[in-house]
Amino acid sequence: MSVIDRLSTGVLPGRLGDSAVRPDGIAKVQGTFAFAGDLSAENVLWGATLRSPHPSARIVRIDVSGAWAIAGVEAVITAADVPGAATYGLISRDQPVFADHVVRYVGEPVAAVAADHPETCRRALAAIVVDYEVTAPLVDPERAIDGSHPDIHPDGNVIRHQRIVCGDPDATAAVVVEGHYEIGMQDQAFLGLEAALAIPDPGGAGIELFVATQWLHEDRHQIAACLALPEDRVRLTLGGVGGAFGAREDISLQVHTCLLALRTGRPVRIAYSREESFLGHVHRHPARIWMRHHADADGGLVKIEARFVLDGGAYASTSSAVLINAVTHTQGPYRCANAVVEGWAVRTNNLPCGAMRGFGVVQACFAHEGQMDRLAAACGLDPVEIRLRNAMVTGDRLITGQPIENVAPVERCIRETAALPLPDEPIGGRDGDPMRLPGGAGRTALPANIRRGIGWGVSIKNLMYSEGFDDYSTARCTLSDGVASLKFATSEVGQGFVTLAAQIARSVLGVDEVVLEPIDTAIGSAGSTSASRQTWMSGGAVDGACRLVRERLFQHIAAERGIEPLRLVIDGRDVVDTIDQSRVPVVDAAAGLIFTETFEHHHLPTGELDENGQGNCHTAFAFVAHRAVVDVDVELGLVKVVQIATAQDVGRALNPLSVLGQIEGGIAQGVGLAVMEEIIQIDGRVRNANFTDYLLPTMLDMPDVVVSLIEEPDPMAPLGAKGVGEPPCISSTPAVVAAIRDAIGRDLTRVPVRPADICL
Amino acid sequence: MNEADVPVASPEMFTLHVNGRASEVRDSWSGESLLYVLRERLGLLGSKGACEQGECGSCSVLVDGALVCGCLVLAASAVGAEIVTIEGIAPVGAPTDVQQAFVDAGAVQCGFCTPGLIMAAHSLLAANAEPTELQIREELSGNVCRCTGYGRIIEAVQRVAVQRRGDSSPGEQL
Repeated sequence: MSVIDRLSTGVLPGRLGDSAVRPDGIAKVQGTFAFAGDLSAENVLWGATLRSPHPSARIVRIDVSGAWAIAGVEAVITAADVPGAATYGLISRDQPVFADHVVRYVGEPVAAVAADHPETCRRALAAIVVDYEVTAPLVDPERAIDGSHPDIHPDGNVIRHQRIVCGDPDATAAVVVEGHYEIGMQDQAFLGLEAALAIPDPGGAGIELFVATQWLHEDRHQIAACLALPEDRVRLTLGGVGGAFGAREDISLQVHTCLLALRTGRPVRIAYSREESFLGHVHRHPARIWMRHHADADGGLVKIEARFVLDGGAYASTSSAVLINAVTHTQGPYRCANAVVEGWAVRTNNLPCGAMRGFGVVQACFAHEGQMDRLAAACGLDPVEIRLRNAMVTGDRLITGQPIENVAPVERCIRETAALPLPDEPIGGRDGDPMRLPGGAGRTALPANIRRGIGWGVSIKNLMYSEGFDDYSTARCTLSDGVASLKFATSEVGQGFVTLAAQIARSVLGVDEVVLEPIDTAIGSAGSTSASRQTWMSGGAVDGACRLVRERLFQHIAAERGIEPLRLVIDGRDVVDTIDQSRVPVVDAAAGLIFTETFEHHHLPTGELDENGQGNCHTAFAFVAHRAVVDVDVELGLVKVVQIATAQDVGRALNPLSVLGQIEGGIAQGVGLAVMEEIIQIDGRVRNANFTDYLLPTMLDMPDVVVSLIEEPDPMAPLGAKGVGEPPCISSTPAVVAAIRDAIGRDLTRVPVRPADICL
Repeated sequence: MNEADVPVASPEMFTLHVNGRASEVRDSWSGESLLYVLRERLGLLGSKGACEQGECGSCSVLVDGALVCGCLVLAASAVGAEIVTIEGIAPVGAPTDVQQAFVDAGAVQCGFCTPGLIMAAHSLLAANAEPTELQIREELSGNVCRCTGYGRIIEAVQRVAVQRRGDSSPGEQL
């Protein structure tokens, strides 16, 4: 069913399946919604961070006296001022709060100041003298693997190595194709820059932090350790979040803001600039991938060999988990019985890398989809046909041995994408407006130089966390006098969980009015807003809490009537007795009553991988297909992405409008990686840490998107719904590149595709 | 250290005309941008800063009717001009047709780009009541959105154009 048919809201306000509108929408369009950077307090100070200008150096001396001499400066702190753990990190605590003796990347924090004005801060930072003894940086990941560069960190230069051996490692077949692929470093580029406000308790006994983050409880865990405070003395509230996409999963300014506030005894706010944001958060791992596919003459996959090298940059962040995602998704959404895969995530003096939407699978998918096209060509098959012949179904196994237990409508994704209409306009559009040509407003294109191409990408993405991690979520529901209140710590980063949570409560409880309580650490963890997991995990938690409350309500009504509670159901706004068909509105039945219940949702446990990469390490999977149409100016090397068609396995669209927004937004990021987005580093120095030189898709760059939702409710999902956030940005990238290859007949193996790759 | 190292407040306050009201700006350092003064001195937090170099449009405001990036305008240079911010577009709780259409069409996700886009969309529709899709794309291409992929934003602007010409047949409303 086309998603466009489902965009009107239902009769009742915002039940499951309706395109309910955001509860924070009016505040956001009127500019009254408070983002983290909008928060201030009486007597507040500004904080700012001094960062390393070198990718690799020893700190010989830090002299902060010049900063102290500036009027308005209230605090200057360095590594010596961290009272607790000197380091933090999501998986391993290997990253210093402030560099101590050594800096390992350009942008590493060295000191911080608090002062009365951002300009005072800037001048105070300029007045701090740091003597560096510059050392040779490690910037080539291969040198981290081969041991030819000294360790740049006590934990060594290899963050993780993982091998997968599946079936017969010596198997081969009639057709063998191989390729080397490279993925550049992409930035999440959320618009709402990192910002936080810290308010110290009297006497420094605790602290309150308002911050834009993806995971309040994990932040608190790491912050409390660095501050040497008990966790219950560190209270976090979600500041309005202006996008995240993975970049807010790690600590950036949280500890610095708290330290300055505790040191000065005054509220402190820090707000990053765009340049600082590029330096201050983790990025998508640049990757080099080799793959060799063996197939029979009919295109049936027999074996895959692969080698992955992910550049983790200076600190580990989530590199080890990103690596596991990459290597375990080597085969893509295709059956393959035999495989030999080597994967490395390594440490270099480049920018640290970690989570970004797609989390390792973006990299794997670019390579495996390039391979499927090579295989199609070698077998004389159409790109669609080779994918259909190998498409996974439920019950097939990954090369880790893990069976796919979810709904796996890969074939349907491909067929429904293929059935979506191709663009009905010729190159340049019917009006012949040069704005529609590659180069757009530059009006550089000669129509005779434009070639159109079509390409495909299909992908599988794991949902939730892996390798034994119990990323549960907690929610509380209170039904008071017919009004439902929901409490959870789920980070709303723009994805719309606040909309969905209210839809769940309305559907389960039959109420109209739903109050959302503040999102903070006053309740148990919700886990991270990442891994396409919150609809499943926090949706499951809210659903569970609401069901417990409904049970209490039914028990109360049943006791009053002397009947079995099992006779009662919610239908619309009424409680209905299924035996005598009597109905009473929920608001009347619940009048004067208060029920409160808390529920933790856990997904099924997962396991570790053994030394041969075997094990059921993932929780669940979703699938998607993309078809791209591009116009390419072969003379100037410019690309106009004309259309992306997609059919996505969503389980059940709980809010079709929100799902469409995730699909269109994810595709924008996939298109960006395909043709324009890359952080350029030369010898460990970032050359384009700004929006003039780091190019983001604008409205003119964005193709038309045509969407079909595959709705096969997943029995494993609490609401039947799969996460939808990541798949759109995974196979859209290889689809665009395949379309460019199709247009120009060149073997493009690197993203983003640059003009020189096309025309030189 | 010398005095030049310290931000120096302007010797005299200046007055900005914002959203139809005269607002006195005191103690401002002369290097402060219009965006900074609107947000930090006048408490008008609806305009957002995301790139500080005029690339993303999050800080879009009207200065004497022209759509500009507040981050690129020195506050002191806007003395005497009529400035309109997102707060001046409509009273709180009484959204304009453009604002309501953004909510209804799903054009808002994180919302950080939204005030700037609302300013730009109003400006576009005031100049061109019936923009083509290509004109919408071109006119709003100075406003970056990282969440939505723009599809629902285009849809919202088109809905308003349809509503304003009084042709609200269901077929064109989706």
